[in-house]
Amino acid sequence: MQQTKAVEIGTGAFVALGFAALFFLTTQTTNLQSFDQGYFQVTARFENIGGLKARSPVSMAGVKIGQVHSIEFDPEDYTAVVTMNIDARYTELPDDTDASILTAGLLGSQYVGLQAGGSDLYLENGSELLFTQSAVVLENLIGKFLVNSGE
Amino acid sequence: MRELFEALSGFLRTFGALQLFFLRLLVESPRVLARPRLVSRQVFNAGALSLVLIMVCGFFVGAVIGLQAYSNLARFGAEDQVGPFSALSLMKELGPVITALLFAGRAGTALASEIGLMRATDQLSAMEMMAIDPVVRVAVPRFLGGVISMPLLVAIFTCVGMLGSYVVGVPLMGLDSGAFWSELQQGVGKADVYEGIIKSVVFGIAGSLIAVWEGYNAVPTAEGVGRATTRTVVITAVVILIFDFIITAIAISQG
Repeated sequence: MQQTKAVEIGTGAFVALGFAALFFLTTQTTNLQSFDQGYFQVTARFENIGGLKARSPVSMAGVKIGQVHSIEFDPEDYTAVVTMNIDARYTELPDDTDASILTAGLLGSQYVGLQAGGSDLYLENGSELLFTQSAVVLENLIGKFLVNSGE
Repeated sequence: MRELFEALSGFLRTFGALQLFFLRLLVESPRVLARPRLVSRQVFNAGALSLVLIMVCGFFVGAVIGLQAYSNLARFGAEDQVGPFSALSLMKELGPVITALLFAGRAGTALASEIGLMRATDQLSAMEMMAIDPVVRVAVPRFLGGVISMPLLVAIFTCVGMLGSYVVGVPLMGLDSGAFWSELQQGVGKADVYEGIIKSVVFGIAGSLIAVWEGYNAVPTAEGVGRATTRTVVITAVVILIFDFIITAIAISQG
């Protein structure tokens, strides 16, 4: 009898510990849940997105406020259409906010930086950001520099 | 030529018999789950008794990953990536694989030799004579015990491993505690956690199946039982590493 009790306690403790560990792994090691709760989508067209990828951060004033949901190519006017999920807490972004693709550090990963405009109207789900600035491609810069220095 | 053919057909026969045995285990599982006492006893044997081993190994694996990550990343000035680096390698690879190998050595051998000894001492035949199906009474509870224990053991291993790399990274190497966690949470996605969980479930099924199969089909002599134990460890290790590659390849192609 004493032994059965020890076995039962051991099994219970093991299973409880295991589920606690699973719970910890699924909830505490990722911080995506803040964006799972609610977001609205805006799109922007860029002539060149450089190395931007899905899930790249979208930030404003250096603070991450969303992430890139998907990137598609529009064959009509040869631009990249970037769809972004913005945290639903930030509903009061002016609708003339401009988006540019920036690089974190010299060779770091690329992200979308937003800069607020001055409009009284706010962005909502499905809005398009009209003012965009493409990524700076290093090769193009070097090319321009070489052409200029040759003159 | 003929020998080659015979070896091949022998292999296929064993493989087919293993599949049928696996199906049989799955079909009988609901009936055994209706008697949870049989299963919980095996969860204790396979899981709770492996707990200390898993925790000690997990801590030191995590600590050594933290140490390696720190010394190599420091050359690029990227020390703050120690957190995500060790968390990802523990979650996706080292956690499931090392736990499965330890499980094969600790619980798999115990299962195989226990069932093999039952076979060698005619206990299984005795059960049949009493109209008790030895697959239901002996094999299925042990199989289920292993399948249930494995994901829990992997989760515990991974958590303790992360604690190990934290201990190396933060108090020992002087990283900032907040940066360690925020970079870790930034770098780890839900898909990474799920990949580890899927691996642990697959490894649990494979490891338990092989152990139970080897024990159940052991040659009923002292030597045969010893052989079954050895084969359990060897086959489980190979199968797990192959499955690990396949699952990783699928996960990466998914995106």
